Amino acid sequence: MAAHEQFADDLALYALEALDGPEKAAVEQHVATCAACRRELENLRGDMALVALSASGPHPPQRSRDRLMSAIAAERPPVAPVRVATSGGWFGRLGWMAAAAVLIAGALLMNDAKEKNASLQREIAGLQTKTAAQDAQLERVRSEFAAFSGPGAQPVTLTLTNGHAQPQGKAIYLQSSGKLLFVASNLPALPDDKAYELWLLPSTGDPVPAGVFHPDNKGGGVVLNPPLNAGVSAKGFAITVEPKEGSAAPTTKPMMVGLVG
Amino acid sequence: MGLVTSALGQNAQGDSRGMSARGNEAGDLSLVARVRARDESAMAALYDRYSSLVYAVALRVLGDTGAAEDVLQEIFLQLWRKPAAFDSARGSMGAWLSVIARNRSIDALRKRKPETDIEDVVLSVETNFADNADRGRALVRIREVMSSMAGPQRSALEMAFFEGMTHTEIAEKTGEPLGTIKTRIRAGLLSLRAAVSG
Repeated sequence: MAAHEQFADDLALYALEALDGPEKAAVEQHVATCAACRRELENLRGDMALVALSASGPHPPQRSRDRLMSAIAAERPPVAPVRVATSGGWFGRLGWMAAAAVLIAGALLMNDAKEKNASLQREIAGLQTKTAAQDAQLERVRSEFAAFSGPGAQPVTLTLTNGHAQPQGKAIYLQSSGKLLFVASNLPALPDDKAYELWLLPSTGDPVPAGVFHPDNKGGGVVLNPPLNAGVSAKGFAITVEPKEGSAAPTTKPMMVGLVG
Repeated sequence: MGLVTSALGQNAQGDSRGMSARGNEAGDLSLVARVRARDESAMAALYDRYSSLVYAVALRVLGDTGAAEDVLQEIFLQLWRKPAAFDSARGSMGAWLSVIARNRSIDALRKRKPETDIEDVVLSVETNFADNADRGRALVRIREVMSSMAGPQRSALEMAFFEGMTHTEIAEKTGEPLGTIKTRIRAGLLSLRAAVSG
């Protein structure tokens, strides 16, 4: 085990969320910059799965499955409203008249409640209008993004007129949240058992693993939001060639490096 | 992937559908890809594979079927909303979900807001078994190791894992020194790792 011995017992407790106070803070601070201890923390969580396996019990009831699938269905994006035809012969008109009569009777009975709810309904209508506008805006963004990532999109990299397309990587990092977007292009092909690994180079300490990817047939690759702790100050990023499952620490010299600022 | 993967590749009850662990992993990856594309049938398939495992852990921690069903619902909804949170390079879907199930259940037990997002649960499993026979042996082996642990060690591990007690609380309850509790818990986890490695 490569983890630092002074943190060994505390790492196990931290994995179990059984550590508190200054000891918890010390482990968090150390793990943010120590790849070996972060790797051991991942292994300890794997060990936790073994403890979980010792649990046994009945299968969940069918209603749980139904509840989940209903909740998922409720999250479907809204579809355009269907226009309802209003012409339907005299029987259809009678039907509408009956419905209208029920509505009128209901309206009389509910008059008081309606008065009380009027302001609430106006508020709901306002929210619905706002939501519809946001949905429309989101749909426009989705549509544009889909167009640029669809089969007809033509990625073009501009290079010097007397040069060849060079490997490039662009990283956008949000320190406060630990979010990261990395896009690479023109990378050399790799054998199946190798992959590129992105590293966050912290201001102090060892490189932090920031995602593993295998280039596509055009040498492109994307890493989006790898599991990074929030708040880690980065002085730069680097790419190395590693075994396909990635490494806890770089095992080869960086082939690409970029510094912040 | 190995024994843990194979052991957790279907569900905690040891159901076997004749698939190899490698097939399970490939199937999981395919299902997660389809979930990313908002395929509800793929989500249903993942639920059918792993709901028993998640539910067993939640029920063991919470001891209440309603509360366990709530945790089950929350975890799979989170998976639906954030399928990219699962990092297939580091471990099996079953192992990942079982740890999330435990953590979420402890949060529910303590009536506190979830302390960690599913995206923060990164784990690694590295063992060498890979088929159904190995998976069956793994289940037996894990339970053997748990039952063969010295009483105080198993007790400390279970209090931390299934009851969500801090090492301070365990020390107070058992009257043992803090350092002893820490060492017992870590040694317990490592003995499980050693039992299924190789």
